[in-house]
Amino acid sequence: MNWNELAAQLFPEGHAITESDSFLSGSARVAGADIAVVGTTDHAPIGVEIALAQARFVLHTVREHPGRPILILVDTQGQRLRHRDEMLGINSYMAHLGKCVDLARRSGHKIVGLVYDQALSGGFITSGMMADACYALPEATIRVMGLPAMARITKVPEERLTELAASNPVFAPGPENYARMGGIEAIWDADLAASLAKAFGDAGAADLRSARGLERGGRKLAQPVIEAIVAGSDVLAS
Amino acid sequence: MNSYLELTARERLARLFDQGSFKEFLPPSARVASPHLGQLNAPVAFDDGVAVGRALLDGQPVLCAAQEGGFMGGAVGEVHGAKLTGLLRRAVQERAGAVVLLLESGGVRLHEANAGLIAVSEVMRALLDARAAGIPVVALVGGSNGCFGGMGIVARCANAVVMSEEGRLAMSGPEVIETASGVEEFDSRDRALVWRTTGGKHRYLMGDCHAIVPDEVQAFRAAAIDAIAHSRGAGVELSLATLEAEQALLGQRIARFGGCADPLDAWRELGLPDPAAVPMMEADAFSALAAGHTLGGAQ
Repeated sequence: MNWNELAAQLFPEGHAITESDSFLSGSARVAGADIAVVGTTDHAPIGVEIALAQARFVLHTVREHPGRPILILVDTQGQRLRHRDEMLGINSYMAHLGKCVDLARRSGHKIVGLVYDQALSGGFITSGMMADACYALPEATIRVMGLPAMARITKVPEERLTELAASNPVFAPGPENYARMGGIEAIWDADLAASLAKAFGDAGAADLRSARGLERGGRKLAQPVIEAIVAGSDVLAS
Repeated sequence: MNSYLELTARERLARLFDQGSFKEFLPPSARVASPHLGQLNAPVAFDDGVAVGRALLDGQPVLCAAQEGGFMGGAVGEVHGAKLTGLLRRAVQERAGAVVLLLESGGVRLHEANAGLIAVSEVMRALLDARAAGIPVVALVGGSNGCFGGMGIVARCANAVVMSEEGRLAMSGPEVIETASGVEEFDSRDRALVWRTTGGKHRYLMGDCHAIVPDEVQAFRAAAIDAIAHSRGAGVELSLATLEAEQALLGQRIARFGGCADPLDAWRELGLPDPAAVPMMEADAFSALAAGHTLGGAQ
């Protein structure tokens, strides 16, 4: 879904979101109150500039609009794969964006992420995944890496990875697998405006993803391991 | 043997912290291995490639973790990530004096793709929770596999990063960039270029690492002790002011170096007298030379 159509469905009360070189920012009305909206479109590769632009917007929101809820719209092909970005330290720009979202949360802003098209790890991990909770549209895809590069790194043949990506929950790019693993809180398929209002109502500062993964059966070990380490027990609760 | 680079994760823990003080949580005897590796016929490890626990550093109690590059490049799977997240959450619960992370990782473990990605994200948030609770987190990067992908982001969420010249810190590995964008974009076999771009010296000059040390365990130990003290003095928690300062620095970095084709050009722009000589310099001599030329540091 293109971002204009998405915004029309999300914000029947109106919005003032603008696009500049695949960077989305602005405000919108949700349940009678203003929210801040930031994100990307056109499967944007996240390079140093767009990561910094998103961070600037988040910091501006914290400074100028204390407490205003923030919606992060995700559509990205992942981090920009260029020598220049690595030379400039793109991991630091990504970390900075993540820290800015984290600061907003601690400063009293509710933050919701929405994967409305495509998400690849490097472009997603410091934006939508840093939200209080992240949601997805049914047609969204979420991947860690393109299969050719993945084949080169893992030494697993690309044909085998393609096969696995068709069905195996650990490799398949559909949002259902991420929901089962707790990485996606829920998939929105009906009234997007109502879903968004509910998401802001439900948003909380605690990271519940490993607990969700256990409840939903998609990640059976993450939560027991975390609990064992926190409790200092060397036995996993069964 | 004194080379940090060549030691295993457990050897680093044994030698970097006070002698005999490391106590492991969920040790290999608990046999918590990856539930996902079997389907790719990949071997498992009973610690899933990371050791976490408590130790004394110069007499001070800390929590610590060490990633084992010898197991799947130290990459983060479901269990591996949960051990790091559990450690950081425990740090908050028991108000630990500090957390020291010995990082060596390719990032998300691709064999557990989706679970690994969520796991890295949980580590990030747990680390920032620890900082918000006033607990300094220090990352050491000096293993032969470097610190890449999601762990490259995690490192830069810490209060301080300590690197050796041999350490590498970045997001996408050269092979990934070469596969996606071609060998003319980044030749992964040009080792000198890889080190100039991702190695400790360049990161130090850019302000992404706070101390550069020789490849010796004792040097990392001393730098970790200093980094914890320095982090306490600088303010452990993130604030709007510190992040606005970081925003300005990162913006200046693009303005000054965005047009550079090679790190050597950036070093010249920083005013280093003989950039071509930098790769051959010893860490201490380099630190002395770099003083006054580095960009302001990270938050």
